[in-house]
Order: sequence, then C-alpha cells, then structure tokens
Amino acid sequence: MRAATDLPAPLDNPFRSSVWPRIAGVALLVYVVWACAQMDISWARVEIGLENAAHFFSRLFPPNFTRWEILVKGLLESLQIAVLASALGIVLALPIGLCASRNLMPAWASWPARFLIVTARSFHPVIVAIVFVKAVGFGALAGVLALTVASIGFIGKLFTEAIEEISLKQVEAVRATGAPFASVLGFGVLPQVFSRFIGFATYQLDSNLRNSTMVGIVGAGGIGGTLFAAFQRFDYDFVCAILLSIIAIIMAGELMATAVRRIFIGNATFADLWRRGRAAPKLQPLQDD
Amino acid sequence: MLTLQHLSKSYVAGVPVLQDVNLDIAARGITAIIGPSGTGKSTLIRCINRLIEPTQGAILFDGTDVARLSGAGLRHARRHIGMVFQEYNLVERLTVMENLLSGRLGYVSAWRAWRRKFPPADIRRAFELLDVVGLTGFANQRADALSGGQRQRVGIARAVMQEPKLLLADEPTSSLDPKTSVEIMQLLADIARSREIPVLINMHDVELAKRFADRVVGMSGGRIVFDGPPGDLDDGKLKVIYGGEGWLH
Amino acid sequence: MASTPTAMQSPVAAREWRRFTSAQRLARFAVYLVMTAAIVASLQTIEIIPEFLADAPEQVVDLLSRMWPVDWAHYPGTVHEALVETLNIASLGTLLALVLALPVGILAAHNLVPSTPINLLAKLVLVSSRSVNSLVWALLFVGIFGPGPLAGTLAIAFRSIGFVGKLCGEALEEAHAGPIEALTAAGASWTSRLTFGYWPQVKPAFWSIALFRWDINVRESAVLGLVGAGGIGMALDAALNLFQWDRVAVILIAIFAVVVIAEVVVTQLRKRVI
Repeated sequence: MRAATDLPAPLDNPFRSSVWPRIAGVALLVYVVWACAQMDISWARVEIGLENAAHFFSRLFPPNFTRWEILVKGLLESLQIAVLASALGIVLALPIGLCASRNLMPAWASWPARFLIVTARSFHPVIVAIVFVKAVGFGALAGVLALTVASIGFIGKLFTEAIEEISLKQVEAVRATGAPFASVLGFGVLPQVFSRFIGFATYQLDSNLRNSTMVGIVGAGGIGGTLFAAFQRFDYDFVCAILLSIIAIIMAGELMATAVRRIFIGNATFADLWRRGRAAPKLQPLQDD
Repeated sequence: MLTLQHLSKSYVAGVPVLQDVNLDIAARGITAIIGPSGTGKSTLIRCINRLIEPTQGAILFDGTDVARLSGAGLRHARRHIGMVFQEYNLVERLTVMENLLSGRLGYVSAWRAWRRKFPPADIRRAFELLDVVGLTGFANQRADALSGGQRQRVGIARAVMQEPKLLLADEPTSSLDPKTSVEIMQLLADIARSREIPVLINMHDVELAKRFADRVVGMSGGRIVFDGPPGDLDDGKLKVIYGGEGWLH
Repeated sequence: MASTPTAMQSPVAAREWRRFTSAQRLARFAVYLVMTAAIVASLQTIEIIPEFLADAPEQVVDLLSRMWPVDWAHYPGTVHEALVETLNIASLGTLLALVLALPVGILAAHNLVPSTPINLLAKLVLVSSRSVNSLVWALLFVGIFGPGPLAGTLAIAFRSIGFVGKLCGEALEEAHAGPIEALTAAGASWTSRLTFGYWPQVKPAFWSIALFRWDINVRESAVLGLVGAGGIGMALDAALNLFQWDRVAVILIAIFAVVVIAEVVVTQLRKRVI
C-alpha cells in the first residue's frame, strides 16, 4: 500500500487519512504524558511494582480453605443479597421504567421517573451502600437496598429505552379491540420488549452477584467485608481462596442466566438445554456491566 | 347503524382535516371511501373508534354517541367495532393464534389474558376463522413469519374475532400486490355478506372500489363531495373528487 | 396456502391450543420455582436486625441534618484535585484497556484467527477480566504497587479488557465477509486484510465501545479510593472516617455532577462521531 504515495495525484489515494485523526492522536499522547506526570506514574514505579508482584503472587498460592465456614457464610450472605436485590429491583424497575417511557406516558409521569432513574444510575452501588449503612446500620439489609437502587437504575433505563423503541402500530391495533389498559400492555407492549427484558434482567442478576461480593467493603454485608479484612491482614492465601470462590459462583451464575435466556427467549426445553449446537439467543450489547 | 354528524377534526387549530362530515351507514353492505391522499379518509375512519380524537361532532353508533364516551364505555363501544389496518398491525412476536385471540381482549379479563387462558369457545372460533381466511394450520406460526397477504388475513380474522357490529378497514390493500388485493377484498366482501355487518373501507384504488362496494363516498379537502352507488361514479364525478383530468384514461 | 394435510383439520384433539408444549412449560415452571425458592430462602435466612430497621427514618433525618449545610469551602483544594485524578484514572485506564484488549479481541475472533484453542484461551482471558470486580483488581494492584492512582489506573484497565475485548471480538466476527474475500483474492496479507478489510467495518463499533467504557469507568473510578487506589474515593473515605458528613455531601454532589456530565459528553460524541 506504500506504493500509493508515489502516485502523482495524492487525492486518488483511497486510504489517505484526513488531518484530524492525527491531531487527535497527538493530543491524546500529550494528555497521556501529562496525566502520568500528574499522578506520579513512571516506569520506575512500575518496575518496583513488578518486583513486588512475584512476591505477592507467591503468597497468594496455594489458596487456603481452612476457614471455609467463614467463607461459606459470607458467600451465602452475598447470594441472599443478590437474589433479594434483583427481585426487589426488577419489581420496582418495571413500573418506574414504564412510567418513564415518553411514548406511552404523559410528561408529568415520565419526567419524575426519568429523574429517579438517572439519580439511581449515577452512583456506584458501593457509594449508595455507604449511605444505607448509615441509615439502616451495618449488615446485609444495607447491601440489599444499595443493589436494589442500582438495579432500578439499570433495568429502569434499559426498559424505558426498549419501550420507547416499540412499534405503536401494534399497540394501536390492540387498543382498537377495546382491550383494557392492562391487556394492551400484555398483548401490545410486552411481546415487543419481552426478550430484551429477559436479557437485561438476567444480566442484572449477574451484575448484582458481582457487586454483592463488594458492598461488604463498606460494611453492607456479604463476603466483601471478609475479603477486605483478609487483605488488610496480608492474609493473601485466604484472599486467594475467597477470590476463587467468587469467580466460581459468578461463572455458575452466568451459566444459569444463559439457561434462563434460552428457556424464555428461545422457548427451549430441558432436552434442548443439554443438546449442543443451538446457540443461546444473541443479546443486544448492553451499555453497562 | 352508524351516523356521523357534523364531524370535524383539526390537528392544528384552524387547519381542519375533516370539515363537517355527515354520513349515514346502513346496517348492511360495503361502503368505500375514496379520495386523494391527505384528504382525511384515514382520519375519518380512525375518528369512528376514537383512535383519533375528533374535534367536533357526534358519532352515533348503535344508539350511543361514541365521541362522548370514555374509559370503560369507550372500550365497550370499541369491541363492537372491528378494524383492519393498512400495515396489518399484527403483534409481530406473537403467534397467529394469539393475534386472533387478541380480538377477544375486550371480553376477557386482563388476568386471564396474561395467562393465555381464553374461553374454549373463543379458541374454537379462532380455529374456524383460520379455516375461513385460508390459514388452516398456521395457528402456532409467529406473525412475523407470514407474507403480506397472509398477515392481512390474520388482521381480518382478528377483527372478526371481536364479533363486530361494524367493520372498519383503513387502506387494507395498499401494501399488497394487485392479485392479493382482490383476494383480500373478496374476503372482506364475503365476511360482510355472511355476517350481515356493514363494512367501511377507505381505499385509493377506484377500480377495486367500483368492483366491490355497494356505495361509494368521495372525499376532497376534508369534505364529502360524492355519495352514491358505484355505477354513478363517472369521469365527471371523479374529476370533482380528485381534481384535474389528465390522469383519467 | 390451504394445502395443509387434512389430518390437521378435523380431529378435535389437534384443535386444542396451548401457547407452549408441555416440555417448554415444564422448563418455564422450573425457572419460576427456583426463583421463588431462592427468594423465600433468602428472606428467611438473611440477617436483618429489626431495631436498626425501625431506627432508619430517624437516622436518615440525622444524616441529612449533618450533611446540611454542605461544606462548599472544602471543594476548591482537596475535592477538585481528587476529582481531576479520578477523571485521569478513568481516561488512562480506558486507553490502556483499549491497547491491551484489541489484540486479545482479535485472538478471540474465529474468522481472523482460525484456531479454536487460541480463541478459547483469549476468551478465558476476557472472562476472567470481567469476572473480577474493579474493586478486587484495585485491591490486588494496591497490594503490588502500593496505594495511589497507579493501582487505580491498572485496576480500571484490567477490568475493562474483558468488556472491550469481548465486544470488539464480536464486532470482528460479525464483519461482512465480502470486502475481506475481495482483499484475499487480490493477494492481500493478513495485516492488510486487518487494516483495510476489518478495521473500517469495526471502527464505529470500536469507538462506540470505547466511549461506553469510559463512561462506566468514570463511575467506577470514583469508588476505587475506598480501597486506597486513588481518586475522589480517597477523599470520600477520609471524610467518612472522620464523620464529616458536610464534606461527604460536597463529594457526593461532585461525583453526581461529573457522572452526569460524562454521560452527556458521551451521548453527544456518539451522535457526532458515529
């Protein structure tokens, strides 16, 4: 392709890039250098770190499962937090998301609902957990409430977007049959958004599972508190055991989420689930995780 | 059966789309509404079941003024008025059977509808109607897997499921090829005859209107400018409806 | 179209209508059952202290009264610097993730690297990156590099590799084969096929993914400081430990503002660029 530059008329080069990408590239480079200097990031620090890393990893292994009772108790509490927060979050997010959709609802209903969703989305669950720990004390309840807020933000936003993209012609036809509002929702709206809803509901369960292992860092229950404490005591082999267990649970959760998607979107039976080949229904890429 | 009195509609104040429309639909027969695009044919049809809110006037249907109804009253009126749409407006992700049963939503509680527990009589009628419209065996197909003509047949069957006292059709053949259009019109004519209900169709194909309608209503500029049997529709009348004459012959 | 076998038409049994087959209903029922069981079991066993719950409204009122008036004077020095550091962590982390994720994403795309073991290995890397929460990554890097923004930047980067790599890999696999076949037919090398066949097709997706991830990372980098990995979270942690709720309030408002601004910027950029 280099040969193209030898041609007399450079305009004929189909791969000639405009100047702007180059300017943007240089600006980006300048920014990287500036930011590294600001934050005291240098190769020397990375080098020191890399020496530490070997030592650090040797202390992670082998994982130490001797205190498995604490481990299991913490994991169970994380699971409980994730299950309850997902259930509560979904139940609350559906009406809020419906209210927020501008094509079905009047402005006086959609604006407050949209504001609620934006607020719920703006804060990381761990920050929300801090506030709830203050309000309802240390423990799992604060974690449940914090992740419920996060679920409302995430599902509410995606559900609203899904409803706003539906075809109103289909809704109009159901309305024309004299159906009551609840039946219009059930036959005109829900079928159009159902598969996407299952997609992000299972995704949220996944995400709550991950976050329920973290809210413990600020005292909101689950395995996170144990993990943080182990870190601070340099109890790295226990840390390793906790991390491995968390990863195993999250992977099991993902498998279950895939099965649920196949059952509800792909109408799969148990026999289909065991059979290979039929891929899980493809999800629309989600903007959050 | 249906009487429209002084019906007017303006989307923007001062720019009326329908102006003082008065129309009397008898208890039987097919009435075709023809007229140039943008003359308010669709608005007129949609005002009758209040998918569009009329600005003024009365819609007397079966003794009540639909224009004054709201809430449950309006829903009860709507379930006696079947509607067929230009783009079929089927719920794409539901099966043919579910689309047909959605015609019964005005009669079945939302709780039963959500669980798909429809009365056996409804399901039996749905199967019979599938036979009538020539879609035997399609009950469990998803609506988005059907061709245009098949979809419109489902659309008609859904409207008939309501056991309507009046059938409205908004450009039912405009998205279909000529052969399928004739088939669909024939189906609507058969239904009008066998069920003894009036059918109000708006269409822009004058030849189809002449062939199937018992009565033709011509609209122009939001007003009715012709009303009579299809035989009376000569070139002079068409000129009044559509304006110009270069397009004739 | 009425050419269906007559056997389907008449027997009464065939005319029964069920939305789903019994096997499909069994599967759905099982999901409902598991869900209900999980919720009931969690409700029964989760530890909730009733006294704390009864106390909650009072505590919320107390919290709000401690937060008000907001300590705006705290913003100019400490909070502002921490906020800029947070944005730097998010941006540098995202850039580093893009650089690291692209090769992994390419290795995961079967149409570019037609070797199933390599694809699976790359996918394993991506899955592990996503399975570990950014706070855990932060803990690990604080353990290695000590507290500070370096650990935060690396945590953001390593957490993002999975997200960016997975979506890039999928975008590559969905690229149209036509232009690539044309290049292959013209004898183009693997690299020029990548540069001139795939890259133009996935470019919009790539920048869109990058912007999305940056938006997410702005949110995530705000909490990393709670475990010592730099940014505004450290200021938040300090204020929390000293129960300076009026300062906590100003920090929360700052986070809210920057997150909303980031979202608006991303939405606008997406409209312009893509």
